[in-house]
Amino acid sequence: MSDLTPSELDKVRSILGREATETELGIFTVMWSEHCSYKSSRLHLKKLPTKGPRVLVGPGENAGIIDIGASESGERFAIAFKIESHNHPSFIEPFQGAATGVGGILRDIFTMGARPIAVMDALRFGPLDDPAHGARNHRILEGVVGGIAHYGNCFGVPTVGGETVFEPCYNGNPLVNVFALGVFRHDEIFFGRASGVGNPVIYVGARTGRDGIHGASMASAEFTEESKQKRPNVQVGDPFMEKLLLEACLEAMKTGAIVGIQDMGAAGLTCSTCEMGSRAGTGIEIDLALVPQRETGMTPYEIMLSESQERMLLVAEHGREEEVFAVFRKWGLDAVTIGRVTGDGKLRVKNHGVIAAEIPNRELADEAPLYDRPHDVAPFRPARIEAPAFRSADLAADLLKLLASGDLCSKRWIWQQYDYLVRANTLAGPGADAAIVRIKETGTSIAMSLDGNSRYCALSPREGARLIVAECCRNLSTAGALPVAATNNLNFGNPERPEIMAQLVETIEGLAEACRHFETPITGGNVSLYNETLGEAIWPTPVIGIVGLLKTAAPVTIPFKNEARAVMLLGGLGSCDETRFGGTQYAKVVLDALWGLPPALDLDYEKRVQAAIREIVNEGLVESAHDLSDGGLGVTLAECCATDIGASIEISTDLRPEIALFHEGPSRILISTAVPQSVEEIARKFNVECTSIGVTMKERLRIGNSTTTWVDCSVRQLDQASRNALEDRIANQHA
Amino acid sequence: MRFGVVVFPGSNRDHDAWHAISCVFGQSAELIWHDSTSLGAVDALILPGGFAYGDYLRCGAIAKFSPVMNAIRKFAADGGLVLGICNGFQILVESGLLPGALLRNRGLKFVCREVTLRVETTNTPFTCTATRGQLLKVPVAHGEGCYFADEYTLDALEKEDRVVVRYVDNPNGSLRDIAGICNERRNVMGLMPHPEDAVESLLGSTDGRVLFESMVHSLVAAAA
Repeated sequence: MSDLTPSELDKVRSILGREATETELGIFTVMWSEHCSYKSSRLHLKKLPTKGPRVLVGPGENAGIIDIGASESGERFAIAFKIESHNHPSFIEPFQGAATGVGGILRDIFTMGARPIAVMDALRFGPLDDPAHGARNHRILEGVVGGIAHYGNCFGVPTVGGETVFEPCYNGNPLVNVFALGVFRHDEIFFGRASGVGNPVIYVGARTGRDGIHGASMASAEFTEESKQKRPNVQVGDPFMEKLLLEACLEAMKTGAIVGIQDMGAAGLTCSTCEMGSRAGTGIEIDLALVPQRETGMTPYEIMLSESQERMLLVAEHGREEEVFAVFRKWGLDAVTIGRVTGDGKLRVKNHGVIAAEIPNRELADEAPLYDRPHDVAPFRPARIEAPAFRSADLAADLLKLLASGDLCSKRWIWQQYDYLVRANTLAGPGADAAIVRIKETGTSIAMSLDGNSRYCALSPREGARLIVAECCRNLSTAGALPVAATNNLNFGNPERPEIMAQLVETIEGLAEACRHFETPITGGNVSLYNETLGEAIWPTPVIGIVGLLKTAAPVTIPFKNEARAVMLLGGLGSCDETRFGGTQYAKVVLDALWGLPPALDLDYEKRVQAAIREIVNEGLVESAHDLSDGGLGVTLAECCATDIGASIEISTDLRPEIALFHEGPSRILISTAVPQSVEEIARKFNVECTSIGVTMKERLRIGNSTTTWVDCSVRQLDQASRNALEDRIANQHA
Repeated sequence: MRFGVVVFPGSNRDHDAWHAISCVFGQSAELIWHDSTSLGAVDALILPGGFAYGDYLRCGAIAKFSPVMNAIRKFAADGGLVLGICNGFQILVESGLLPGALLRNRGLKFVCREVTLRVETTNTPFTCTATRGQLLKVPVAHGEGCYFADEYTLDALEKEDRVVVRYVDNPNGSLRDIAGICNERRNVMGLMPHPEDAVESLLGSTDGRVLFESMVHSLVAAAA
């Protein structure tokens, strides 16, 4: 029944001073699960920078909050944002797993008082053409995308961006990481605190059923042959109910009668009660007989551990309950007083007056076991250092193959299923380097990007993590936005294996260094461990979400706009040797190999390039801008080619053409401009290279050096390679 | 002019419509809760997009029983201007204020993208300031927008000049590419695309403005 270890059971005994009841044991098991307690990662997460001038609320609350400035009338505004994983449920039941992943993170945002205005998703699946698992991977992809669309579209939040990656390591372990962001005024911020002895504890939203019992502990274990039996552990989402809950909660908050509020997510009623009590230093007494239930005969154990969705717990001011009830009645929702705040610091759970559990809140919520798991070995590496011999037979064919590959092709099939426009704020949606959503009240817009690269991290978790932060910030800077804060989702295998734990530790230290460097403190996030199936771990997959601020204006976009414009590479052509080429998309797609090390990154240079592009973009000096990342210069050039505008590019380099075209060295941004001298001037000011590499022209993309043409394709050909590649792969699955 | 935007539980483009009317056009706009039995003194009504009652049973099938619908029927019968957008169109169809039905998209998936519409008639208060054949770039965002009616009804709609806008690039399989229609009296219109999300150049297109400008123009003309 309990997944606690013998030493953890001893600790429970010493906290209680007696043997635990069955309900208490269940409560400890979920609260001390990896998912809820971060017992393997907490020690290392402390290394992350969490403070900054804009940070109003850092880790530990439901979401991080940063200041975004004032409206004309002087009201100060803030945004709340966070990323969270729903990996395990999405493997077991893709549609509902992903849907409730969206629902869960949305509640984290609006429980703090913010109205959600954007969602992004980082998705990772096994390849659709995998000989053994292709059909299952396809089913998971369809289910996950359908689930996200179902929930977000109905709820009314735009899904404005994200990324989708295919690697065999996700065959048995897809990753679904959902980011959400909301906006509010400073004086509208709420916390999950059960303050004020004698105040009523009120349950609102959906009724409690048997779904999702022990979901948190399922998410803290590896998948085995028996995992399929865990299907009843996956919750079922109702986005309509969540929409009502959002509107009712925000309206109830306006009454001034609410003291604290927290959503019931992982570990449901258990987590919300003890965390709210622990944060306020109070106790909470509830009677489960008062909890609205949709099934009969539920035991205290089941009610406390249920992860039924769309439920909130709130504490109201004593005597003002009716004001709160009236709002929930208007929205047709259940709102019931189920207990009260006490002064004894204990979570006391009664059922029809009989005590079923009595546990000190602080020990339960904050004193979970903390493990310093062994990690004094080299991180597990799935590849060798030495590069294999390779030589391209046809660079144009390589480029077309890359454009049609799973990671690089157009993801239109996915994002057209998402409503990315609702609320009329989307200045840049899916497909852009960074998504941009305006804040109507302040004249400020929020740019946001999600990035991960498990190939780099597999080769070097530390360098990979730094590259991801640099890339994410570069996406924002290319849009003209100043990166200000971050959230992270760490997806790893079993931390009890030292070579996996070493990946986690190196990643966190790499993230910490880079986030410090770019002044983007991490205000919260999520750790998902035990991403293993039948003993096979995923590659280390940190996903980072960074938000940036910019003045509201029509955004710079990727495609070239006019003929005869200078095409320039801000940051220069970069350098790369064969060892640093082994983590590229070229190595993956064309050579079907992984080796060596990730691209080299100079953090100082990267920061200067980003400062330069921000100034160049905000001065209005470019007609198009696109940062270089997966697929390098070749793929970036192809992506900039619009319906009838291509470019003629001549590269002067000592690098081999394969490497010159497709290396993924960071700190580079491709722009087209009518005023190259002004751009060069700014580049000089920041002491960064700015290389003129050609001019835009009608209809063709031609790339070469002074003697040889490497690639000569029509723009149409490039577009066709990418446009329907994903749909075609899906259609092949159906055939 | 006073616009009312009806809010059903689950409406989610109520804010978009309100923003377009009040912030972009500077007209007064108020939100009307679905259990109101009177509309107050409004000159025109918008039934916004969203998922009223979660689209449970069928899109619009539960919303048609909301108390406010009686007031809306009366308002329409008295000649008031009613514009149903997306879910609002579905509700008007379910309520019998407009003919036909909106089925699951032919591709079976929700589709969000920009489409091109052609204005088929300017003989409505919703398109009177447009020109016939004018092309409008506006977004769609729906899972059930495939317009369906029997041949007799479709022929009648065409004959009576009641097909107001047609898709140039049909995203959902709508019969005869129909994107929006009006009633016989021409004061009630429904369409699947979202003109309210295409009223600011910042957001990519201002082609949706012509519908709201036409409504204001008609109301001013009627008041004069």
